Amino acid sequence: MSVLGAVVLALAGLALFALGAVLGHAGARRQQENPAGPGTPVERATFHTLHTASLAAPPLRAGLTPDTARKAARRLRPLLGTVALALTDEESVLAWDGVGDHHRAEAEARLAHAVRTGRPQTFTLSCANDTCPVRWGVVAPLGADGRAAGALAAFADQESAGVVRAAEEVARWVSVQLELAELDRARSSVIEAEVRALRAQISPHFVYNSLAVIASFVRTDPERARELLLEFADFTRYSFRRGGDFTTLAEELRSIEQYLELARARFGRRLEVTLRIAPEVLPVTLPFLCLQPLVENALRHGLEEAVDRGRITIVAEDEGTEARVVIEDNGVGMDPQRLREILRGAGGPSAGIGLSNVDMRLRQVYGDGHGLVIETGVGAGTKITVRVPKFRPGIRPAT
Amino acid sequence: MNQTYGIAGVSAVVLATVLVGALGLRVSRTTSDFYVASRSVPPRLNACAVSGEYLSAASFLGVAGLVLAQGADMLWFPIGYTAGFLVLLVFVAAPLRRSGAYTLPDFAEARLESRAVRRIAGVLVVGIGWLYLLPQLRGAGLTLRLLTGAPGWFGGLVVAAVVTVAVAAGGMRSITFVQAFQYWLKLTALLVPAVFLLLAWRADRAPTPVWDERPVFQRATQVRLDHPLTLTLDEPVRVTAASGTVDGRPRDGGPLTLGPGTHRVGAGTTLRFPPGTPVPLPDDEGGRAAPSSWARPLSAGREQHGLYATYGLILATFLGTMGLPHVVVRFYTNPDGRAARRTTVVVLGLLGAFYLLIPLYGVLGRLYAPDLLLTGDTDAAVLVLPERLVGGTGGHLLGALVAGGACAAFLSTVSGLTLSVAGVLAQDVLPALGIRHFRLATLPAIAVPTAAGAVVSDLPVADAVGLAFAVSASSFCPLLVLGIWWRGLTPPGAVAGLLLGGGSALAAVTVTIAGGARSGWLHTLLAWPAVWSVPVGFAAMVLVSLATRTRIPANAAATMARLHLPETLTGRTAPAGSPPGGRP
Repeated sequence: MSVLGAVVLALAGLALFALGAVLGHAGARRQQENPAGPGTPVERATFHTLHTASLAAPPLRAGLTPDTARKAARRLRPLLGTVALALTDEESVLAWDGVGDHHRAEAEARLAHAVRTGRPQTFTLSCANDTCPVRWGVVAPLGADGRAAGALAAFADQESAGVVRAAEEVARWVSVQLELAELDRARSSVIEAEVRALRAQISPHFVYNSLAVIASFVRTDPERARELLLEFADFTRYSFRRGGDFTTLAEELRSIEQYLELARARFGRRLEVTLRIAPEVLPVTLPFLCLQPLVENALRHGLEEAVDRGRITIVAEDEGTEARVVIEDNGVGMDPQRLREILRGAGGPSAGIGLSNVDMRLRQVYGDGHGLVIETGVGAGTKITVRVPKFRPGIRPAT
Repeated sequence: MNQTYGIAGVSAVVLATVLVGALGLRVSRTTSDFYVASRSVPPRLNACAVSGEYLSAASFLGVAGLVLAQGADMLWFPIGYTAGFLVLLVFVAAPLRRSGAYTLPDFAEARLESRAVRRIAGVLVVGIGWLYLLPQLRGAGLTLRLLTGAPGWFGGLVVAAVVTVAVAAGGMRSITFVQAFQYWLKLTALLVPAVFLLLAWRADRAPTPVWDERPVFQRATQVRLDHPLTLTLDEPVRVTAASGTVDGRPRDGGPLTLGPGTHRVGAGTTLRFPPGTPVPLPDDEGGRAAPSSWARPLSAGREQHGLYATYGLILATFLGTMGLPHVVVRFYTNPDGRAARRTTVVVLGLLGAFYLLIPLYGVLGRLYAPDLLLTGDTDAAVLVLPERLVGGTGGHLLGALVAGGACAAFLSTVSGLTLSVAGVLAQDVLPALGIRHFRLATLPAIAVPTAAGAVVSDLPVADAVGLAFAVSASSFCPLLVLGIWWRGLTPPGAVAGLLLGGGSALAAVTVTIAGGARSGWLHTLLAWPAVWSVPVGFAAMVLVSLATRTRIPANAAATMARLHLPETLTGRTAPAGSPPGGRP
């Protein structure tokens, strides 16, 4: 029975620990929300207001939806000090914080006018319930980029010029946040467009070289020429395809195979390729055409600029929750300083736009911890490591 | 058991595993076999790997031991272990693969779009992994003790060290080939000795298995008792030689007759029984064991509430398989949902073949190794049988083969579990470690169950596995089944179900392992929690989800479509301008 006692003690200890953690967390949070820090009462009030506003900002930066409106309204109502506050879009109430929820419809009826005129509008409300403190309200329109986005409605038990003024100011502040949200959206769509523009960038040299080498086989070895042409067709179909920003490692390797087949037609025995692929990581999803440019880079530095044999090694390994792909060549390497410039996008138009493009896309999708890791030196070959998480929410291949 | 042969067998298995692991990668030197090198794992190979990873020490040693000790009831273990994959096949396999999730927390996040659910799922995965590792390490200790005479905790420690070094050194490179190899090794290690055992049994004029109350020593048998125990006899038992202490009096090897009544036998006593003697059975702690109905289900002794316990076992194993972390990650290796389904079908066949052999060992063990009932080492039945029946060098070789198979059993499961627990630890539970410190997370992943195993020592291997299944069945089964088949599941609902179902099962299991309640209904309820905790998990998820309808994830419909439609279909209809997910 002493064992049972020990278990009960341990469980009680755990429960106590959890309770302490919860209380501490809540306390810290309250402390944060009501900072009783140094300064005069006016300064403290200012800090408090700024802090409350900063808490309301993150949800609004994601745009105006029922979910974000609910979170923001909870933070905004203390700023105004009213009994109720509502955030609406152009037609309906998205979130109602505080009492008097049954006035929703009445508030919605007043929306259209305020949104159309772009001016705040006050109104009184009648209520059958004597104890209901919602007797009067003000609707202040919200706008982003000069367009109406919705309105902020504040409610009190009596008419108050202060509340009108405060509602107007808060509505202006919310409008700024919504404009920033709009800006965020615009920025991410620009980056997306950039990624899409960059991704289909197979080198024009490659197209030219491939066609030239196929042409050279047409008379001497028509069968080989036909095979190469089919490889070329497959490769371009994969590279130029539309839709889907992601692919699987297996698909990407297949396109690299076609690429290398064409390169081998050009370089013959000078090119030696070694593959070591763990089959477990083949289904891993990764950005479309993110390995092929690295192989192209290895080929260029490993072979085109050197006279003797070029060796390229491609290794894909299982690393628990991630896959690690390493592409290595024994070529002329690169000056690390110059490489840094290329990755910063300042390397000039000629070289390595593939590398910086891949690096940027990987960081964009997986975060800064997942950029390219490049080990190189002049005359020392190049080793590029890519680490791809096996799962990221929302990322899936398009076949 | 012959030490030299046994150690040779185990060493050969470890060596072969390392070799397959190191050389199994497909290396191609030219571009022409590029295609071969980049071909995904076919369902059949993956199924072997799943089976290899799944068949643990509990299956290899534990089930036969339970059948030997407790009879036909225990056949529900192998049935449940296999049928779990049937449930997985029907409800989960393909949609889970299509979700793109690698671990269970991944699935939770993909489906519910909530970090909180992800974190709770992560904690539960670690808990289940640890619970499952506990009996594996114990099985390792048992095997090595029989082989070398080392104390029980030592074997667990050795295996923990081997696996930690292998994982930390970046070993297990071609884990699929290693695990597939382990499956065939385990099957061989059971099948070949089984053939010889049957031949030996026939040569022994095929004695009928003892179905009735108590087994009889077929041959003169010497039993050494490591622990003191109390025997209650109904009829006198003749002992040809006894040395040690019996009933408080020292014995020096002379014959002895134990009359009806209670006898206390001291630790370190050796008793020699003549052929034909009924095996005296030790008393259980909770009172007299009633082994009167070995062949008749639902009447066996250990549990007072046999029917309830059986349903608990069935529910836990049928529904728990889908929540085992090391099984789920293997499905990621499949290229698509269809392949995942085919893999599961093959797994059903492979497991069925393996588990057909297990009861044979249990029955033969009851015939030829009934002394294990006296010493309580029933988990050792599979290991000792070949030498008992075959004898000579042949027996030694077969014994070495079985020992190698047992070694493969706990090595494969321990390494698979450690890898998946370490992955979840690094990613979800201890994110402060940083994603690069995956290998660092291996240490807590295996150190905790090793330490717990040293403290908790008297739990049968298969029972402890049953507890891991119960926790998994009451937390991840509701999450997966409702997540895949009901679009109304909300993050708060999932959290409530995971915490109430999984949490209550985990609490019950902890109390059981710590030896909380020893008998009565309370013990039965806590030892077989699945009967009540699975409904609790489902009910909590459904009710809380219904109460929080507004919190249904924004993309629930799209996610559901992706889970259920074949990949080729969803791939083509994907909008061209879909944003790189999750990043507005």
